[in-house]
Amino acid sequence: MNETPRLVQVRQRVLKQNDVAARALRDRFHDRGTYVVSLVSSPGSGKTAFLESTLGALRSRYRAAALVGDLATDNDAKRLARSGVPVKQIITGTVCHLEARMVEDAFEEWRDEPLDFLFVENVGNLVCPATFDLGEALRLILFSVTEGEDKPRKYPTIFHTSDVAVITKIDLAAAVEFDAGAAHRDIQAVRPGMEMLSVSSKTGQGMDDWIASLIARREAAFAL
Amino acid sequence: MHELSIALSMLDVVAEEAERQGGGRVVAIHMKLGPLSGVVKQALISAYELAREGTGMETAELLVEDVPIVAFCGLCGGLKPIASMVELVCPDCGEPTPEIINGRELEVVGLEISES
Repeated sequence: MNETPRLVQVRQRVLKQNDVAARALRDRFHDRGTYVVSLVSSPGSGKTAFLESTLGALRSRYRAAALVGDLATDNDAKRLARSGVPVKQIITGTVCHLEARMVEDAFEEWRDEPLDFLFVENVGNLVCPATFDLGEALRLILFSVTEGEDKPRKYPTIFHTSDVAVITKIDLAAAVEFDAGAAHRDIQAVRPGMEMLSVSSKTGQGMDDWIASLIARREAAFAL
Repeated sequence: MHELSIALSMLDVVAEEAERQGGGRVVAIHMKLGPLSGVVKQALISAYELAREGTGMETAELLVEDVPIVAFCGLCGGLKPIASMVELVCPDCGEPTPEIINGRELEVVGLEISES
């Protein structure tokens, strides 16, 4: 038997299912007036502290909630729950990233809650989350001054899929001799034109500007 | 190791597409992969070899074509090949090139299907 196989041309995104789920989520959140922000970073970059400060600043004027992805523990969710907003854990088991379906499932319980902001904290990982759209309106990539300036060059793909680079723990910059100029240059080399912020969740430095820009983005997204 | 999730998703896409093409045994999967997709070719191939077990796709070979990064340079007004994913600048004039045309691909582009 020597039959030649036929070749069929296809053009399908490998992650079609995730893309379809993400698009449906994005439409749904948009219709409800919920502005969705996801956060990616390596473990220990201060993602949870940044989110705590952000939730604290928003809660008096806005309805906010957070979904937190973690491999096994609910420590981060417990910490965030102290800020007084609804928080839900997504335990991913051995999965190193969140996918749109996980966000959809976790959000189900809140389907009728009116929310102005939803934050989605991804699993601490700078590689795997890059490939998966979660239906968010804005993706932040955070890295701390203690991790060094060269994060953008080491993990360019995560910078490519993010909208804003947030340098955290800026209050420690002098102590660790963080070269802000080099960090900014590297971010711009990897992703020309990328918006950059420097913040300290501890001292509050840069947080007012971040909150103001976040509120402005939501207003622009929903033409308020 | 997100490549396993990706390999499983690819198998779903391939099965659906093969069905739409009238069925048959898939003997080869052709895909395009860009460096900005966040997926490592060798890891994807290894993950695929694990993921295909028990799916009826055991004999389907995965053939991955690397797609180079191409960006639009506003200053030169043309499409330019970009040598490094950590230095998105025009190779001719040095202008930063945020507008990526190719390099993000993670796509199935062809299937070889045998009737037997």
